[in-house]
Amino acid sequence: MSARIGPLGEPPEAVYDSSRKTIPFFSEAWALWDFRHLVAELVSRDIKVRYKRSVLGVAWTMLSPLLNMLALTVVFSVILKQGIKNFPVYYLTGAIFWNFFAQATSHAASLTVECTEITRRVFVPRSVFVISAIGVGTVNFAFSLVPLLLIIAVTGYPIHLSWLFLPVAMLIGASFTTGVGLILFTLASRFVDVRETYMVLLSPWFFITPIVYAPSIVPAHFQFLVRYNPMTYLVEIFRAPLYNGWLPGSKTFAFSLLAAVCSLILGWAFYAAKNDEYGNVS
Amino acid sequence: MSAEPIAQALPTPAVEIQNLSVRYRVSSEVISSLKEYAIRAVQRRIAQNELMALDDVSLSIRRGERVGVIGPNGAGKSTLFKVIARVRKPSSGRIVVRGKVAPLLELGFGFHGELSGRENIILLGTLMGFSRKEMLARIPGIAAFSELDPFLDSAIRTYSTGMSARLAFSVATDVDPDILLVDETLSVGDERFAAKCKKRMANFRDRGKTILLVSHSLADIRDSCQRAIWISDGRVIKDGPADAVCDAYHEWSIHGGEIVV
Repeated sequence: MSARIGPLGEPPEAVYDSSRKTIPFFSEAWALWDFRHLVAELVSRDIKVRYKRSVLGVAWTMLSPLLNMLALTVVFSVILKQGIKNFPVYYLTGAIFWNFFAQATSHAASLTVECTEITRRVFVPRSVFVISAIGVGTVNFAFSLVPLLLIIAVTGYPIHLSWLFLPVAMLIGASFTTGVGLILFTLASRFVDVRETYMVLLSPWFFITPIVYAPSIVPAHFQFLVRYNPMTYLVEIFRAPLYNGWLPGSKTFAFSLLAAVCSLILGWAFYAAKNDEYGNVS
Repeated sequence: MSAEPIAQALPTPAVEIQNLSVRYRVSSEVISSLKEYAIRAVQRRIAQNELMALDDVSLSIRRGERVGVIGPNGAGKSTLFKVIARVRKPSSGRIVVRGKVAPLLELGFGFHGELSGRENIILLGTLMGFSRKEMLARIPGIAAFSELDPFLDSAIRTYSTGMSARLAFSVATDVDPDILLVDETLSVGDERFAAKCKKRMANFRDRGKTILLVSHSLADIRDSCQRAIWISDGRVIKDGPADAVCDAYHEWSIHGGEIVV
């Protein structure tokens, strides 16, 4: 880079040279870092707008999981009699991560129009929009702890010391989600039906993940669906500390960490490799 | 890592473009759905057409030069700006831009109606690559120039069109770019504010900033540029003193668009 230093020791001038060779995997990461302030602004914008628009905004984020929980408790606990101790807490401790994942990834898959509106006018790395979607999801995740705590208080369930593991679980869960979000976002930059296709896949995925049932009730010849599903382990690293009151087992922890690292690396590599080709529309 | 400088002469130009081409993919049959793509991939029938938006363009713009870009619709003027603003990567050739580029964006770009003027200034600034802290420091200046100080805490959706245009112009020019790209947006707000903008543009010129202007108004180009570049079909037809190029372009336009060299 041939930076020119100004005569009075001014900071070196920014030089953009299109012929400079870069490795997208790393150069895209630097570009994202340069725009970290924009990520913060986009997250705060989305949160502000959401909660400004209606007084019910905050209440609604909390009401809807509670209503869901009520319906599912009736079906999966009262009618199906699974014998899970305190089903509402069992369900919510699994669902908080699933909801974060489902919401953040489908948001990432539907961002491309807004993103292109901006990136066709000013230079902004497209990954900024995916990362801010994850950021917004994380804030909503924090809000979703309120109804969980409420149910815990109402049903007299204990709060274990293992709750302190929650930030670690969230770091792993958010990394996994970021990777999946990047892949969906990149595909959605090129194809129009990515979100729809993904939504179709999302609901069977929910049911092969032990959220509304205990993994033990799955018949032996269907066990593989649960066992080879990374979501099983990711849900468990939230549920073990919040519901059971112990830290996730080493196997669960290792598998979820592996899934998160693979997802993040694959997602970033795919985004970096295809960004120029897919992102350059008119 | 470092590529050898294209020109040795000092001072180095603000923008250097060498044999630059930009191709757009316009598939005659746009496969935009995953489903269809999967089917076509199996059948091995994925064909793509290409459109040359810029075709082997070479030019150099000195620091402090004011350059007008003219040409019919679809000539490649906007693509040229996009390449300079880094929004679009060249398909082949090379571009070197020295200094901070600020596109003077169209009205309302990046603004969110529910947020206040102050929040929108910060949002727009971070979109242009500045930090929140840097933008906070710039707010008083922007508020003073746009004359919107009393409205800075109201939501932008309550602003009139002229008010948001004033805010947008004030932010774009306050961030002090080295190279300003103006795409037919000189008419900002009422007459008095337009005069103020002209003054600020003149101030840019006096401080030796580079200005590139795309416009269909030849009068504007003659008025504010020393040099003009006429682009048609992605190629540079004529490049030289603004008056001469505008005359030639005008001549060409009224004769039905046939190029007489």
